Amino acid sequence: MSLADPTPAGRFGEFGGLFVPETLVPACQELEGAFRDAWSDDTFRAELDQLLRDYAGRPSPVTECRRLSEELGCRLLLKREDLNHTGSHKINNVLGQALLARRMGKTRLVAETGAGQHGVATATAAALLGLECVVYMGEVDMRRQELNVFRMRLLGAEVRSATSGSRTLKDAINEAMRDWVATVETTHYCLGSVMGPHPYPWLVRELQTVIGREARRQCAERLGGDGLPDVVTACVGGGSNAIGIFSGFARTRVELVGVEPAGGAAIGRGVPGVVHGMKSYLMQDEWGQVLEAHSVSAGLDYPGVGPEHSHLAAAGLARYEQVTDAEVIEAFQVLSRTEGIIPALEPAHAIAWVLRAAPQLQGATVLVNLSGRGDKDVAQMMDLLG
Amino acid sequence: MNDLGALEPALRAKRDAGRKLLVPYVTGGLGPDWVDVVRAVADAGADAIEIGIPFSDPVMDGPVIQLASERALAAGTTPASILGSLRVCDAGVPLAVMTYYNICFHMGHERFAASLRDSGVAAAILPDLPLEEVGDWAAVADAVGIETVMLAAPTAPDERLPRICARARGFVYAVGLLGVTGERGELAATATEIAGRLKAVTDKPVLVGVGVSNAEQAVEACAVADGVVIGSALVRRLLDGVGPSGAFEFVAGIRRALDEA
Repeated sequence: MSLADPTPAGRFGEFGGLFVPETLVPACQELEGAFRDAWSDDTFRAELDQLLRDYAGRPSPVTECRRLSEELGCRLLLKREDLNHTGSHKINNVLGQALLARRMGKTRLVAETGAGQHGVATATAAALLGLECVVYMGEVDMRRQELNVFRMRLLGAEVRSATSGSRTLKDAINEAMRDWVATVETTHYCLGSVMGPHPYPWLVRELQTVIGREARRQCAERLGGDGLPDVVTACVGGGSNAIGIFSGFARTRVELVGVEPAGGAAIGRGVPGVVHGMKSYLMQDEWGQVLEAHSVSAGLDYPGVGPEHSHLAAAGLARYEQVTDAEVIEAFQVLSRTEGIIPALEPAHAIAWVLRAAPQLQGATVLVNLSGRGDKDVAQMMDLLG
Repeated sequence: MNDLGALEPALRAKRDAGRKLLVPYVTGGLGPDWVDVVRAVADAGADAIEIGIPFSDPVMDGPVIQLASERALAAGTTPASILGSLRVCDAGVPLAVMTYYNICFHMGHERFAASLRDSGVAAAILPDLPLEEVGDWAAVADAVGIETVMLAAPTAPDERLPRICARARGFVYAVGLLGVTGERGELAATATEIAGRLKAVTDKPVLVGVGVSNAEQAVEACAVADGVVIGSALVRRLLDGVGPSGAFEFVAGIRRALDEA
C-alpha cells in the first residue's frame, strides 16, 4: 500500500541514479546508510514524530470545500499542509534531514530554494537544532520573494544569490552542489525535493509520506464506502508534496494526478536527461543543454522533475497535466474568495487543474494537497493584479 | 587526424622518458580564435589538450569556467561545431573532451563515441559520471577506442581507488582539492596526498587537476604526480583576451618550469 523502493542503484524504473562528481559519491553513500539506519531506529522516529507534532503542528487537517464543491459539482477536499509551521509541507522534510545531519555529526546545512519555502524551513530547522545554515537562491527569485529572504535572515541563515544562468531554482541547485563539493566533510546538503542524486529522491519521499499516511486515515474517517477519494492531485515542480500525498494512495483505485506549470513541464514537454545528479525527464534543447523554465511560481520554476515522477508517468501509475500561469492566477483568487483560503501559487496549480477538469469530475471526490499558504505570494499578486 | 586510442600510450611513453606531463584545458567555442589557442598550447609544450564542450549547468566548475561556458554557448557553440573544428585542427597532440554527461546521453552513447572518434578525439572526461554510473558509456567507448578518463577525489576511501584506476583509460584525473575548478593561492595539501594514494595503486599516468594555478604549483604537484591539468588559470587569461600568443606564453612558462624542476 505504498510506493516501491528504488533499486540498490537508486533507480525508479530507468530513472534516478547517482550522477554526481566523484567528490560527492562517498557522501551520498554515507547519507544513504545513515538514513537507512535512522529510519529503522525507533528513537530517531520518535524524536521526529514529536517535533512534527509539537513544533510543526501535525497532523494537518483535511478541509471540506463546501462552497467551491457546490460550484464545481464535485466534492473537493484540501489536505492543509499550508497550516504547518513555516507555511508549507517543506518542514516535514527539513526536520528529518536536520536531525539526520546532527546524527551524522554535520554542523552546517546548505540548501537551495526557489520560492523560499524550503529555504525558510531549512533556516528554521537549523535555528532549532543550532546548526549553521546557508541558503542559495536565484537572484530573480530573491527579488520576487523578498519577504522570504528577510525571513531566512531573521532566522539566522545566510542567503547567497545565484547569479549564473537563469538565476532561478536550477541555478540555486548548481550553487548548493558546488558549495557541497567544497564543504562535504562538515556540511549536509539539505535538498528540498524528491530529486537530486540517490538517496535524496527516496529519503525526501520517506520524510514526506507523513502527508499521505495522515490523508489516507483522514479520508477513511470522513468518506463512506471504501474510504478513498476518486482523485488525488498535487502540483509538481521537483514533486515532493505530490509524492508525499500519492504515497498514501498508491496501488489503490485512486487516480493520481500531478500538475506541472506549462512553462516548466518536465514530464509534459521534456525528454529523459541527466542533471543535478539524476536521470529524469528534463526540458532541454536539441543538444542536451538544459532549458530555462518560466513560471509565475518560483517554487515550480524548474526544468526537471523528481525521478520517481518520471517513473510513475512512464509506467502509467500517475497522470501529469499542465496548467498555464493565467489559470493559476485565476485559481489563486477563486480559492481565496470561495473558501477564505489564500493558497501559495504552487498548489494553486492543482486547484487550477480541478477548475478546468470539473466537467469530467462531476460527482467525484477530489483530494488536493494544499502544499503551502499564499502569504509569500501576496506582494507578487498585488503587482500582477494591479 | 590524431591517432585513435592515442592518449594513454603517448602519456606513458613521455612519463617513462622522465618528462612531467602538462595538459592544458581550453573551453571549446570561447572566442573566434579558440582553435588557434589549441594549436598554440600544443606548440607551447602541452602533452595532450582537454577541450571543454560547454554545458548549461556545469556543477563541477567554478566562476571562470562557468563564464567561459556561458560565453561560448551564447556565441552559438554546439557539440557538433566544436567537434567539427577539432576534426581539422591538427594539433599534433592527443585531445580529450571534457563535458557533462547529459551532452553524451542526449546524443546517445554510440553517436557520441563515433563523433569523437571521427573528429580525432582520443578520450572523454565526464565529471558527473562516477564509477557507479559509467558502465554503459564505458562499454561503448571501449568498443570504439575512446578512452574514458576517471576522476578520483580526496574523499574516496582507500578501497575505491583501485576500482577507479582499473576503469580509467588515458590517465587518472586526481582531483586536487575539495571543491570546484578554479585558481587558488596555494596548492592544497590534498593534491599531493591524493596523487600519492593513486600512484601507490596504479601505474597509469596520474595527473592532478582542479586548483593547480601556476608554474610553481604545477612543479609542487609533480613532485608526486606524473603531471597536471591546468584549466581555470588559462581560461581566465583567455577571458581577459590574451589570445593564442598569450596562451602560448603562459603554457610555455609552465612547461619550462616542469622541465627544469
